[in-house]
Amino acid sequence: MTARTRRHVAVVGAGPAGLAAAAAALRAGARVTLVDAAERPGGQYHRMLPEQYRAARPERLHHGWAAFDRLRRHVLGHPRCAWWAESSVWSLERPGPGDETAPRVHVVRGPADGAGRERLVLDPDALVLAPGAHDRVLPFPGWDLPGVFTAGAAQALAKGERVVIGDRVVVAGAGPFLLPVAASLLEAGSTVLEVLEANPAATVLRGWGRRPWELASQAGKAGELAEYTALLARHRVPYRTGRAVIEARGDGRVEEVVTARLRADWSVVSGTERIVAVDAVCVGHGFTPQLELPLAAGCALREGFVQVDGDQRTTAPAVLAAGEITGIAGAPAARVEGLVAGWAAGGGDAAAPEARAARRRRDRARAFAARLAAAHPIGDGWPGWLRPETVVCRCEETTYGALCRAADAPASAAARAVKLGTRAGLGPCQARICGPSVAELLARRSPPPDLAAGGHRPATPHHRPVAQPIRLGELARPPKENL
Amino acid sequence: MSPRLLRADADPVGRHDTPLTVTVNGEPLAGVAGQTVAGVLLASGRRSWRAGPSGAPRGVFCGIGVCFDCLVTVNGERDVRACRRRAADGDVVTTQSREPGDAR
Ligand SMILES: Cc1cc2nc3c(=O)[nH]c(=O)nc-3n(C[C@H](O)[C@H](O)[C@H](O)COP(=O)(O)OP(=O)(O)OC[C@H]3O[C@@H](n4cnc5c(N)ncnc54)[C@H](O)[C@@H]3O)c2cc1C
Ligand code: FES
Repeated sequence: MTARTRRHVAVVGAGPAGLAAAAAALRAGARVTLVDAAERPGGQYHRMLPEQYRAARPERLHHGWAAFDRLRRHVLGHPRCAWWAESSVWSLERPGPGDETAPRVHVVRGPADGAGRERLVLDPDALVLAPGAHDRVLPFPGWDLPGVFTAGAAQALAKGERVVIGDRVVVAGAGPFLLPVAASLLEAGSTVLEVLEANPAATVLRGWGRRPWELASQAGKAGELAEYTALLARHRVPYRTGRAVIEARGDGRVEEVVTARLRADWSVVSGTERIVAVDAVCVGHGFTPQLELPLAAGCALREGFVQVDGDQRTTAPAVLAAGEITGIAGAPAARVEGLVAGWAAGGGDAAAPEARAARRRRDRARAFAARLAAAHPIGDGWPGWLRPETVVCRCEETTYGALCRAADAPASAAARAVKLGTRAGLGPCQARICGPSVAELLARRSPPPDLAAGGHRPATPHHRPVAQPIRLGELARPPKENL
Repeated sequence: MSPRLLRADADPVGRHDTPLTVTVNGEPLAGVAGQTVAGVLLASGRRSWRAGPSGAPRGVFCGIGVCFDCLVTVNGERDVRACRRRAADGDVVTTQSREPGDAR
């Protein structure tokens, strides 16, 4: 078979999911184009140091480095794989109705947000989407002060370029991700004052303690968490459950945070507030999937994530999905989902023993994800932390008070009217940060009939015609096609 | 203290740094090849460099190109995400504020 007649699989994202998908598609015999906005593969989990640091011992910062290093060398060096670094997919173009081919993939390649980047177009036989997730951060008074970082930012800076965000840091929010973040800060020599998990110990333990056999199947992850816990203990960093940062204060930058005890629904137990002097704080309340590409491809969602079948196929023809966009389950789960997706995308035999084994591992990984979600839910009481002047949309500086007023006025109560009236979610980030919070706040103020019974509104789908910024000059240039 | 870059000689990963210089609003700043523009700014002790619509200070929030809080102008190109762009020796960085008519 010549390179041109082989099945061509495009994989977007070279994190744990995308890299595994590329490997599996290659194994199935396909030709692969692996595209990532970053310079190096690894995604968020195996975020690599810049090549220019010429680090002699990069493995010091990673779990499972040897396996990752082997995999990336295998994939990137494979004669049937084209590795496109610094390449952002900014749009997917759907085929016409009734046409079962994969969408066209529009890419810009070059320095991030540069003006003179090269435009490229791919027409693959199958497309695997693995763009991952970003931190979800609930608003609270002062969260827009400099020195307040997402947990992921602290992690990316420490792991990815050896910059520490501060020397007296509180790590707060919900979920097991707070632990590796604290560990990275400690490793980099910063003082972590405390790690605060908003959920009470009972919820966390119920989630983690139930069905222990599922945990055993994710032994890698459990071992990793045990390591972080031991590190925290060695540095005498308290891990407090049922407590949160409810306010950040300071003059032009964060100088102190207010922490408080929470009830199970995350409402504040008054009188339990404590003031802690800090020079930085990092906060994360779980993750939000990066849905712009799957939505552009026309993939249906289920409970806020991309809906996939047993082979990781989405509802859009020839589009598969893997990793955090199909559910938040961590790197090991992303990897096996990638294997399943890549094998199917590459035309591999679904009945092959290794495919069956991968699907079984994937099912266990999903069970693990469900358990994570149960152990670290987001409580309904967080809006109680807000004050009328608290900024909810960081881009437009829309306050909680302005949102409530718009939602309560009969003429403007529809979500769209609230948005236009207050500009919430219409700034440069296109609601990536505030979207889910604004949707939840509005649903509470004026619940539509089906939600009035107390049901949750799924996060608003993030329809963004341009998934990554592109400049007009770049748009005007003709792209290179049929690569 | 403020944000900082781990000293290369104290870093267990064993770095071999190559220095570079960028200017920020005309002032020269020392950095290391491979750092992002945001990394250089943070390591110089700056926590904020952009102004929101009300003039409120903004710096890095998400660190991975999602929030657009960290936007700067690099060599005359506006709206570059500092947390995503690698610094290049000689880069001319200027800070910016949100202006009416900016990309929404
Ligand atoms: C900032 C951050 C740090 C994290 N650090 C850790 C950690 O240290 N430990 C841990 O256990 N978990 C961490 N996580 C959780 C992490 O999401 C998962 O563990 C795991 O990395 C998910 O794998 P994935 O392959 O689904 O996505 P990711 O690893 O996120 O990989 C997605 C890749 O897709 C690329 N991409 C996205 N959109 C585009 C586009 N439009 N065009 C081109 N490329 C694109 C990205 O550059 C990225 O490399 C972190 C998450 C975040 C947000
Ligand atoms: S810090 Fe969020 S985009 Fe750079």
